[in-house]
Amino acid sequence: MTMPTYAEIKVGDALPPLTTKEITRTTLALFAGASGDHNPIHIDIDFAKRAGMPDVFAHGMLNMAYLGRLLTGWVPQSALREFTTRFVSITQVHAVITCTGKVVEKRDGNLVALEIEAADQNGEVKLAGTALIELP
Amino acid sequence: MIDTSYIGHVTDPYAVTVEKGRLRDFARATGQSDRVYLDEEAAKAAGYRGLLAPPTYLFSLDLDREDPFYFITLLKIDIAKVLHGEQAFTYGAPMCAGDTITLVSKVTDIYAKKGGAMEFVHLKTSATNQLGEDAGSMTRTVIVRHPQ
Repeated sequence: MTMPTYAEIKVGDALPPLTTKEITRTTLALFAGASGDHNPIHIDIDFAKRAGMPDVFAHGMLNMAYLGRLLTGWVPQSALREFTTRFVSITQVHAVITCTGKVVEKRDGNLVALEIEAADQNGEVKLAGTALIELP
Repeated sequence: MIDTSYIGHVTDPYAVTVEKGRLRDFARATGQSDRVYLDEEAAKAAGYRGLLAPPTYLFSLDLDREDPFYFITLLKIDIAKVLHGEQAFTYGAPMCAGDTITLVSKVTDIYAKKGGAMEFVHLKTSATNQLGEDAGSMTRTVIVRHPQ
């Protein structure tokens, strides 16, 4: 990985986007076990239907993990200072998520502020957030 | 309404081990291919003590508690009405497989909007590693819906 430097970064620069594989029921089952979030709304269709949902849906933190991959695919994790997201809408099973980000501000201390977003295959925003990165 | 006298409430410290197998499972489940999250040798070559915990992993460490919904229980919230509104992380020393992380959570705010139709709880969880170093923190915003 070649790390970008503060000097060469410009406001408006885009991060290399990241598109995930389809979120399958298997993805949700594996993420439930790995993340420790065992809420049945994400893995048990019977439970989801009883709760009034048409189907299971993805963990919000799965999408945030994908946004984390967007960031650590651009810079080493040690450069990450802050990472925040809002959970905008539910992500249905079978979604394909694309994560994007751009530089919105350069600050003192070699810090760059990013706006980041995760959207599904229909362009519907699922997570919107910000990150603060310290560059060499 | 949630009892706002819980603002400032601090939980007892909770110590949890960062497990190598769980980190590898997390990396696989999230489609991660970066070797520092999958291969111990690659992580050590990159200067880490062990496999690196990814940027959102603190959330999973906090779920390791016997009652993962400890603050929902504490605040007597109906879990069926709860939404995860926002999640924020700040970073300190990297967390690696084999580390023991001590977590302390604090209720930093409770407030209502829309005439009480929605209540918001901010919970900040701070992490310290076995060397006494700041290993970062996270703040979650939980929304409690009261449909009228």
